[in-house]
Amino acid sequence: MREVERVFREEYGRVVASLVRRFGDIDIAEEAAGEALLVALEKWPAEGTPPNPGAWLTTTAGNKAIDRLRREAKSHDKHRQAMDMYDDDEPPEPTGVVTDDRLRLIFTCCHPALAPEARVALTLRLLGGLTVGEIAEAFFVPETTMAQRITRAKKKIKVARIPYRVPAPADLTERLGGVLAVVYLIFNEGYLSTSGEAPIREELTGEAIRLGRVLRELLPEVPEVAGLLALMLLIEARRRSRVAAGELVPLHEQDRGGWDRDLIEEGHALVRECLEINRPGHYQLLAAINAVHTDAPTAADTDWGQVATLYTQLYAVSPTPVVALNRAVAVAELDGPEVALAEVDRLALTSYHAWHATRADLLRRLGRSAEARAAYDAAIAATANEAERAYLSRRRGTLAM
Amino acid sequence: MTQYLLSVYMTEADETMSEDEIQRIYQAVDDFNEKVKSAGAWVFAGGLEPIESATTVDGTKSEPIVTDGPFAESKEHLGGFWVIEAPDLDAALTWAKEGSAACAGQVEVRPFQPEPA
Repeated sequence: MREVERVFREEYGRVVASLVRRFGDIDIAEEAAGEALLVALEKWPAEGTPPNPGAWLTTTAGNKAIDRLRREAKSHDKHRQAMDMYDDDEPPEPTGVVTDDRLRLIFTCCHPALAPEARVALTLRLLGGLTVGEIAEAFFVPETTMAQRITRAKKKIKVARIPYRVPAPADLTERLGGVLAVVYLIFNEGYLSTSGEAPIREELTGEAIRLGRVLRELLPEVPEVAGLLALMLLIEARRRSRVAAGELVPLHEQDRGGWDRDLIEEGHALVRECLEINRPGHYQLLAAINAVHTDAPTAADTDWGQVATLYTQLYAVSPTPVVALNRAVAVAELDGPEVALAEVDRLALTSYHAWHATRADLLRRLGRSAEARAAYDAAIAATANEAERAYLSRRRGTLAM
Repeated sequence: MTQYLLSVYMTEADETMSEDEIQRIYQAVDDFNEKVKSAGAWVFAGGLEPIESATTVDGTKSEPIVTDGPFAESKEHLGGFWVIEAPDLDAALTWAKEGSAACAGQVEVRPFQPEPA
């Protein structure tokens, strides 16, 4: 990627968010940002990147938007009054919890009145600066489908008047939960790709972490925000060791020397910060569990008692069968595979590949080979991830016939 | 300010409610209506007679056709509605949540098109 394009993507969210506040219209903001990029592509290589490229892009895009509105105002008299308003360079800052434009925009993009897949797409487009084509590629849908999805969502924001605003303190926790869910969904889509492998996937985890850092910067006092960032960092830290020769490597077999120590350090520091605040939540607990894993020099050193306790706390906050399944994995290490299998078999997760894979592993450890083989088959059938299929097939192959 | 239509959808199960339940809902809706009015968000509202009272008219052909019954055969149908005025969707959704609880029915929120300038 060229320097100009790299800077543009880095600054896109800030530029667009500021223009949306000023002009109250996402399409105007996006078009103006696009025009500013064209000017930058022409000028920067010759004149050098300006000292504050974000401010340069915002100013240039703002001028482009004004030019466009002036041209339109000439043909439509009624726009003239509006122009007077836009010409005011310093519109009054609305009062709110935090007034960064990007924070307002992310609450608009992740509004519960938009379909979940539209929230993800809009957030990647407007805050992440990914092109429609890149988002389409990342989610394996045709570009026209993705373009329609984004256009429809923007239209709804406009006609239904979805506000561009950080929610009132009374609604903030609930609405922030929706924002964090979108960021984590983007991360997971990049990490546990639902099908195939594509280079853009690594960009999705990187983008989710970048959004996580922005949220952390804007809402430093909210522990769940720190928790989500820590969680993503601690998972991302293990990425290089997670796939070897096209095959998924489970946590206990991973080469821990390949883990990214800087990301682990950063993640652990955030988890410690959360522990001090002592207001545990879903993401903080998941981060703490990952901190226990990344704290162990070898798999055998893992503090499974701590992991099981954290999953019990997590189950209290998020009583889902997936959490219970993960807790059972820790129970297997503490109380043996038989106790764990009894817990796993109680869960209604028959269409979830990890449920079959967990059962297969427990049955294998209990020497129940025939049942284990059937469970591996079911797990392989339930996942489209090639690396995971390769791993499960190999494990299945180690069973005595 | 934008006007929003808050439509209440009823199901067949709603028609088998006890007299007590119906009275309780009437009271809750009355209270809610008062609240909307005193907040200055009220435009218009009304409850509809049961779906059996509906008549469908097709005036798109040269000869208008009048038929007994609703436009679409469906298990759910419009039972009533509010038209409210709100600064944005969040404000409209806040009213809708309260209205839905009061009338014990799901509420669909739709913005009206702006008046032509």
